[in-house]
Amino acid sequence: MHDLKHLDAEAKKLMMELEGKTLKPRERAAIPPQEMPAQDAQKRIGNMNEVARGYTEAQVRLESMRCLQCKNAPCIKGCPVEIDIPRFIKHAEDGKFAESLAVIKESSLLPAICGRVCPQETQCQEFCTVGKMLKDVNKAVSIGRIERYVADVELHGGNPIMPEVASPTGKRVAIVGSGPAGITAAADIRKAGHEVTIFEAFHKPGGVMVYGIPEFRLPKAIVEYEINNLKQMGVEIKTNFLVGRTRKLRDLIDKDGYNAVFIGSGAGLPKFMHIEGENLIGVLSANEYLTRSNLMKAYNREHAHTPIFVSRVVGVLGGGNVAMDAARTAVRLGAEKVYVVYRRTEKEMPARVEEVAHAKEEGVEFLLLQSPKRILGNEKQQVRAMEVLSYKLGEPDDSGRRRPIAIEGSERELPVDTVIVSIGNDSNPLLEKTTEGLATNKWGNIIINDDCSTSIDRIYAGGDIVLGAATVILAMGQGRKAAASINALLASESGD
Amino acid sequence: MNRILAKRQLSDEVFLMKIEAPLIAQERQPGQFIILQLDTDFGERIPLTIADADPEEGSITIIFQTVGNTSHRLAAMETGDAIENLLGPLGHPTDIRKYGKVVCVGGGIGVAPLHPIAKAMKEAGNEVTIIIGARNRKLVIFEEEMGRIADKLIVCTDDGSYGRKALVTGPLKEVCETWNPDLAVAIGPPIMMKFCAETTRPFGVHTLVSLNTIMIDGTGMCGGCRVTVGGETKFVCVDGPEFDGHLVDFDNMMLRLGTYTREEEADHHACHLDLALEEDHGNA
Repeated sequence: MHDLKHLDAEAKKLMMELEGKTLKPRERAAIPPQEMPAQDAQKRIGNMNEVARGYTEAQVRLESMRCLQCKNAPCIKGCPVEIDIPRFIKHAEDGKFAESLAVIKESSLLPAICGRVCPQETQCQEFCTVGKMLKDVNKAVSIGRIERYVADVELHGGNPIMPEVASPTGKRVAIVGSGPAGITAAADIRKAGHEVTIFEAFHKPGGVMVYGIPEFRLPKAIVEYEINNLKQMGVEIKTNFLVGRTRKLRDLIDKDGYNAVFIGSGAGLPKFMHIEGENLIGVLSANEYLTRSNLMKAYNREHAHTPIFVSRVVGVLGGGNVAMDAARTAVRLGAEKVYVVYRRTEKEMPARVEEVAHAKEEGVEFLLLQSPKRILGNEKQQVRAMEVLSYKLGEPDDSGRRRPIAIEGSERELPVDTVIVSIGNDSNPLLEKTTEGLATNKWGNIIINDDCSTSIDRIYAGGDIVLGAATVILAMGQGRKAAASINALLASESGD
Repeated sequence: MNRILAKRQLSDEVFLMKIEAPLIAQERQPGQFIILQLDTDFGERIPLTIADADPEEGSITIIFQTVGNTSHRLAAMETGDAIENLLGPLGHPTDIRKYGKVVCVGGGIGVAPLHPIAKAMKEAGNEVTIIIGARNRKLVIFEEEMGRIADKLIVCTDDGSYGRKALVTGPLKEVCETWNPDLAVAIGPPIMMKFCAETTRPFGVHTLVSLNTIMIDGTGMCGGCRVTVGGETKFVCVDGPEFDGHLVDFDNMMLRLGTYTREEEADHHACHLDLALEEDHGNA
């Protein structure tokens, strides 16, 4: 069904019929949505390679033909960085992929990444007229897949479009963290001619795109490519540098001569459920499990020195993208059985539809309306089972989702030897603890004004450290906004 | 960057290295640690405590025991070689102030991280008694340095080959009975810290311990370092590494330290084979 050759042949056949014709909106909407070619599920569970293989040229042009080029472009309002979506899709329809990419790059620095990991069904595609006509958001124009295709053309040997860098201003800006927020801010600030240094605590830049999102969803070579582009623009990246510890935040301005700082330090400490047995051997946070596998390459048992927990039966707690990543990593690392245990139903799951579908194809079993009451250990304090409780849905809660209510007496034992906790992150307390006067809310997230400025003069913030756990594109949106504020601040001071 | 400036073998398995790290040397305070990694692509990240620092020279001193893959590889490096990745200083610094009478207890290579703390406690105007313990004479480290700091120094070995034949808890109990310390600081193997905390508990002497757990990032992200302290989950990298020894669940911590034992034992074995192989090449 997802076989590349088959999908491409179908697309080519239809292209032949449609090429040269002037299509009415109804005819455009009648073109079948193009399926994403994917590695066969049985094969891919034995490797770490990317699952979604990307459209073929015929597919991307057909999918682009489905776009009605709506005058009011509702899709743009759904995009956190407001890419001119109809315009880039028009170029793609005409096979002008470089032009198409140039349109995207006016607004987004990382299309190859966003095309892969954005939750389009709740952003641009949610508002797509085609999806509305067909009464199914999953039949909206696949904006993300088209974006990915045109970005990949450059990646695979096209001429990279390097943003122009203005003449040097003599001003210096420090960026804390090299994830999506930091990278975006760095690029925008560098374009204005300021010197930019990114400080990254890990030994490799990329943040969550490197330590969190697995290779099978976002190949690390793509992240490296984008980081290299940044370096070529003249952005300096200092790894192994933890702002707050290696150098205090305020010292960057007071002593080291930076004119402004952007904090994009990302999500923090993993949340735990605070249930009995949570510190048994075999209970891990998804952050730890994924960092070992992704950043430390522990899946490569032959070469990597970092060990990873060897599991037979895994229970992943949570229903977000990180939970899917952890479950699918466990499958690839050889677990015989992987469960995702989630308190609500599939409808409430925050994970992308595509990730859930991929997980199912790979044999992950979903235990819905269930949640562990405690984790049980053997005499060596190793996990042997979870006691799970069944739930039913009640009235909607603050989040608008129906509140799960435990069904008393429904406890049962689910034998597992590993529990991966993936229920979100609390904020990282480090900068707050080490910086006097940095205002945070009760969850420890940095408080910002509309222009992304913090309570400290010249210090701005954005991304997960402000939003709590969010998405790559939301972080990018804030990085971009903060960069504009910093550029405005520095411009107002030029000539001093 | 991160060049090894000096290397000294303190015993069969214990090494001292002075490493170029100007920023860390400037910022570090007693009680803090670093994370190092020898190979950016496939190396593991290991936490090591800072035994000393020289901000003028721009260097830090680490002392480590060869226990796993990385520490063996590190021990095989020589002066002039560079360590690919070095991050720090990490963790909360020790709360140094005038307590009055402070007893510092170090076991094995735990004496190394204890050294800057004892020194700072002395400089803050405390009276300092230092107890250092080791399995045998060959494993006693930093005796001279600690002797310079201590108002009273007690050295003991498990086998009696040097100093008193005792575990550190013996003299610690006596010190509690006769000297009424205001604070105890105990650093060493988990089992030693556990029993030090048990020794001081009946005397109501506040006891700080410094925990060395499994860790990847060391910056508050992975959660691998979590421990139970007073019934609550705490993270060693951002909440620690020092905690109230009377509240730490040492039994659980020790079990969790063994999480990867299976994998690491195989690795350790392979590592010794590797190193032996290298030596053979050297002799050939």
